Amino acid sequence: MAVAAITPDYTGERLDRVENFHGNIVVYVGWDRHLMFCSPIAFATPPDTTFGKLQDEMIAGAYAQHPDFAKIDWEQVCWLLNGEPFTPDREATLAAQGVDHKSIIRMQTPGLEGIGGSHS
Amino acid sequence: MAARKLNLKERYSLLTRDLDWEYSYRDKKEIFPYEDFEGIKITDWSKWEDPFRLTMDAYWKYQAEKEKKLYAIFDAFAQNNGQQNVTDARYINAIKVFLTGVSPLEYQAYSGYAHVGRQFSGVGARTACQMQSIDELRHVQTQVHAMSHYNKFFDGFQDFSHMHDRVWYLSVPKSFFDDARSAGPFEFMVAISFSFEYVLTNLLFVPFMSGAAYNGDMATVTFGFSAQSDEARHMTLGLEVIKFLLEQHPDNVPIVQRWIDKWFWRGTRLLAIVAMMMDYMLPNRVMSWKEAWEVYFEEAGGALFKDLARYGIEMPKYAATAIAEKDHISHQTWSTFYNYGHAAAFHTWMPDEKEMDWLSEKYPDTFDKYYRPRFEHWREKEQAGERFYNPTLPMLCNTCQIPMGFTEMDDPSLIAYRQSVYQGERYNFCSDGCKDIFDHEPEKYVQSWLPVHQIYQGNCGGADIEKVLSEYYRINMGKDNLDFHGSPDEARWNAWHNLESAEERLKKAG
Repeated sequence: MAVAAITPDYTGERLDRVENFHGNIVVYVGWDRHLMFCSPIAFATPPDTTFGKLQDEMIAGAYAQHPDFAKIDWEQVCWLLNGEPFTPDREATLAAQGVDHKSIIRMQTPGLEGIGGSHS
Repeated sequence: MAARKLNLKERYSLLTRDLDWEYSYRDKKEIFPYEDFEGIKITDWSKWEDPFRLTMDAYWKYQAEKEKKLYAIFDAFAQNNGQQNVTDARYINAIKVFLTGVSPLEYQAYSGYAHVGRQFSGVGARTACQMQSIDELRHVQTQVHAMSHYNKFFDGFQDFSHMHDRVWYLSVPKSFFDDARSAGPFEFMVAISFSFEYVLTNLLFVPFMSGAAYNGDMATVTFGFSAQSDEARHMTLGLEVIKFLLEQHPDNVPIVQRWIDKWFWRGTRLLAIVAMMMDYMLPNRVMSWKEAWEVYFEEAGGALFKDLARYGIEMPKYAATAIAEKDHISHQTWSTFYNYGHAAAFHTWMPDEKEMDWLSEKYPDTFDKYYRPRFEHWREKEQAGERFYNPTLPMLCNTCQIPMGFTEMDDPSLIAYRQSVYQGERYNFCSDGCKDIFDHEPEKYVQSWLPVHQIYQGNCGGADIEKVLSEYYRINMGKDNLDFHGSPDEARWNAWHNLESAEERLKKAG
């Protein structure tokens, strides 16, 4: 039973199905241990966005205010996709490397400990 | 012959139990269609013990007397320009949160109790719920009246009910009650009467009302006193519901336990906003959120669950997580609103040095380590004229709908991420508690109206965020939102009290 309901075999409308986003998918990006940005970011972007564009434009645009951002050594960044280690291909599209609707991309920047070492 | 005066017991019996009748030509299931589908087994409604002996005629008389006193004080408050006597204009923002986030829940409660007050086949339960329904309607009315005075002098009050239905952070309280009201009648009672009114209400009401008392807000204090006797009745009903369900049939125990687990967790998430109000929004602080949580949940709730153990009921499933969160939740929630202060209909600000010291003292294990450096950085940016605002839209939890700002309790510098895949689609959550709720009834929560996703779907007036905020949410941009410093609220307050703004002081010092 997927819900306690008075109607037999009740199903709910999927409000966030990908068809509702006008050709975009929702992708979440979080920067681990940098909580000055209070929560991960929700982006809506076409599935054929390249990872390079996500990194250089969208992520950079979002996090540029953080004092650690300019210090990131992008070669050293560890990425996670939906909790699993992930090696992005900058030239490939999100869809081609398994980043689907409502996926979470996390970036870890070892050596950068946030504001005053507080992981902020 | 003069009519014999009825004694209390007789009158009570005639005006409650005697209102019921035998159904002779319709099937009972047809009359009370909601009573069975949740799996709750009621073998004998006559075992229901009315939690309070109050008849409708006595109720009217008693409430009318209270009302007279209440409105006399509202009048006096208005005539004496009570708005000028609060501790500081920052305080008023706590009341904005209350009016937009809490008062509409009183209305939802009115509607919810009216519904269950029709649907139970036991007349005792029906009468009690109908009476609570009227209480809740009275509460929303008196709250709106109490706060309408502030609407004349401060920004952010004007569209509270419109905002409740639309604004991103108000979807948290709204969806909480939508969830309860769209559940069956027994779950509604366990959710609202027991888990909320009995277990957690002191953490909502006491902080707001004592916050008002400590900050010179007579109107809100008086409303609080006027509602207190009603709240006492509501708590008694909550306890009776639980005992009745547990005593009726052993099969009810696991169902009730699951509801307690769910609604305790949903309740603690809802209370995050009260936590930040206590620690950040009261110029005169009453006690810390952590202290309130220890008194009202750990001590009082602990005793209650010890008492319920004889029925086989245990502490709510994620109580240990919620207890660990007492050291973090207010700071994380205030950080979230500070990030998105341009998108809120109340003001945010950074605590001053003295207030930071108070937080350090009250949160010795966490504030200096995790939060103070962040807040000092933000204060420096503000002083440099670059007040930090987060330019993005946040990821939300699919269940509680709060931005995903809560961290792991064994590693408080890491956001807690949880995910489920249901019928090929991903759903994301802030906690095990919120994930469990989804996993148990996914067909309910696939329908979550998540404000950020709704904006991206184009359902909130288009892709221009400025327009979403000003036209769809009806936030008066530059007035209702942004930092307290530099706001028209602050300017008015300073003019009343012949104070200089922080900016003017800086100019002179420079």
